[in-house]
Amino acid sequence: MKSATIQLETLACPSCMQKIDKAVKSVDGVDKESVNVMFNASKVKLQFDPEKTTIDNITDSIGKIGYEVKKSVVR
Amino acid sequence: MQRFLLKHKNKIALIGGVLIALSFLVRWTIGNMFLFEILMIAASVLGAAPIAIMAFQSLRIKVVSIDVLVTIAVTGAFVIKNYEEAAIVTFLFLFGAYLEQRTLNKTRSAIKELAEMAPESALKLMENGEFEEVDVDEVDIGDVLLVKTGAKVPVDGTVVLGEGSVNEASITGESLPVAKEKGSKVFAGTILDNGTIQIVADRVGEDTTFGRIIELVEEAQDSKSQAERFIDRFSKYYTPFVLVLAFVVGLVTRNVELAITILVLGCPGALVIGVPVSNVAGIGNGARHGVLFKGSEVISDFSRLDTMVFDKTGTLTVGNPSVMEKEYYGENVEEVLSYLASVEKESDHPLAKAVLEHIGEVETFSVENTGVVKGEGIIATVNGRRIAVGNVALMEREKVHLDDRMRADIDRFEKNGNSLVLTAVDEELKVLMGVRDKIRPDVKKDLDSLKRLKVKNLVMLSGDNQGTVDLVAKELRLTEARGNMLPEDKSEYVKDIIDKGQIVAFVGDGVNDSPSLALAHVGIAMGSGTDVAIETSDVVLMNSDFGRLPHALGLSKAITRNMRQNIFIAIGVVIVLLVSVLFSDWMNMSIGMFVHEASILVVILNGMRLLRYRLRR
Repeated sequence: MKSATIQLETLACPSCMQKIDKAVKSVDGVDKESVNVMFNASKVKLQFDPEKTTIDNITDSIGKIGYEVKKSVVR
Repeated sequence: MQRFLLKHKNKIALIGGVLIALSFLVRWTIGNMFLFEILMIAASVLGAAPIAIMAFQSLRIKVVSIDVLVTIAVTGAFVIKNYEEAAIVTFLFLFGAYLEQRTLNKTRSAIKELAEMAPESALKLMENGEFEEVDVDEVDIGDVLLVKTGAKVPVDGTVVLGEGSVNEASITGESLPVAKEKGSKVFAGTILDNGTIQIVADRVGEDTTFGRIIELVEEAQDSKSQAERFIDRFSKYYTPFVLVLAFVVGLVTRNVELAITILVLGCPGALVIGVPVSNVAGIGNGARHGVLFKGSEVISDFSRLDTMVFDKTGTLTVGNPSVMEKEYYGENVEEVLSYLASVEKESDHPLAKAVLEHIGEVETFSVENTGVVKGEGIIATVNGRRIAVGNVALMEREKVHLDDRMRADIDRFEKNGNSLVLTAVDEELKVLMGVRDKIRPDVKKDLDSLKRLKVKNLVMLSGDNQGTVDLVAKELRLTEARGNMLPEDKSEYVKDIIDKGQIVAFVGDGVNDSPSLALAHVGIAMGSGTDVAIETSDVVLMNSDFGRLPHALGLSKAITRNMRQNIFIAIGVVIVLLVSVLFSDWMNMSIGMFVHEASILVVILNGMRLLRYRLRR
């Protein structure tokens, strides 16, 4: 398991959180329990299995629903 | 295409606005209704596109968002050929979202400023012996780094070379420069005001004190209070409910206009954003003033506080006892102090430490025949003279004669709350010292502020004897003070008053008080950025600054008030809108959207007031 912190564009509506939350959770290999969308910090923190998916896959799922990913850090 | 439209929402809103203005211009000047409608159609199609995309995306993941309501409403307006309303609603929605984002950024600015103080690069000593600029992520523990005047300290570390003074405002909130020399600890995010130093990295990245503070604050501002969780659940069912309501109303009344108006009015904007906005602005204010709240739940408890319990040592008092009063009897003071220092050097008693600190550097002699009398003091031989250092009981054992003046001095010192250290040379009293722990400066004023903020009980618990404790309590005008308390007695006491139904805060230094800190509703640590303090408490006062406590309490009350105002505004607006749409005829979709967006801005602006909150003295 690796943990990722993804910095997004500034989130303005709380319903964006729900959308991003569901979009990220739908990526196979992401640990659903670990997903934490932070509204005020405009960040997503999550853990994923590097054998099943990549960070690019995850950021892409966010980009697809229309939110810009500014930076992602994997550790 | 989709991404392009979403990315340029703001420009689309602007173009939509221009088109709407243009169409009204056409209508009033040349009165061409056809051109008017064409322009309105263009504006609404353009504006509806990004909203519809967002709506579609959220439906795909089974979320009925506000976008869905608005998209259906606009489509409905189109169907009944009300292009004017469709255009104005889409414009207001997009423009409102833009303003929301702008103002929200303001409420988050305090924390953002903090995060931006994070260092980005470091000058690292490479294998070739030169310093090279590298990204701060590339610094590992043990690396040697160079920090020049005006630069940020990149990591937590220890100075190995050079000296300088550092502004530690980002960690402690205190902007007075702190001198650093070889062996001093320096912290990431602080700024070297002058001098040049080389440091070795002890902690890097998110493990540094600064990194942890940021993470803490970020997590705190996004932690959800009970009220917020309720609103979240509420809005999850609320939006679909509005959809169903509009549909039913439309079916029953056969009035499409009314149905789509309900859709627009039903948007729950101000309610869902009101509470987080108060939180984020309030926590941001705290972070700027050296008060770290670790969540929003704790703010609510803190604001309703009944009792504040203080640990004495290190919280109300400075924490290291020192010689506060002294009297000399007879000549040769210097010689006597040398004997005293020689004897005290052999002891590890806390009083001995205070005495030595007070005497400072003096000549010392070798000490022979040292004997410790338990609970009384030390007897020893120095330079062939018999030295006794201890309390009154030891003097009596040694048959030291105490005259009236000495007895009066002893009484006075005891009354002032001192522990006594008497020194006799060859059975004659030479020095009397009174040692006590100093009360922190300004504590009295701060406690008075707390009382003004309606804290009912101020309680002090201490391991010291009851006499000393009573004196401090009297001076500080505390409600209650208990001495002879072990850490477990303290937590027992806290548990007891919680069981009696009080809301309790415990203020301690976070070292031996962890059980009480954890047990109290609000654990407040006087942390100088130490790990233990940050881990175990709910609120951290940076730099161990007691003076921040009244600000913390006043702020938590202000945040709670602000949150209530926002909930009140949001619910009030929805009620007024719904009543007007049912019982008056001036309400339509555009006005509804306007009021809706305006109420969102009002709650955000109201929340923003917290950024400027200051305690009135």
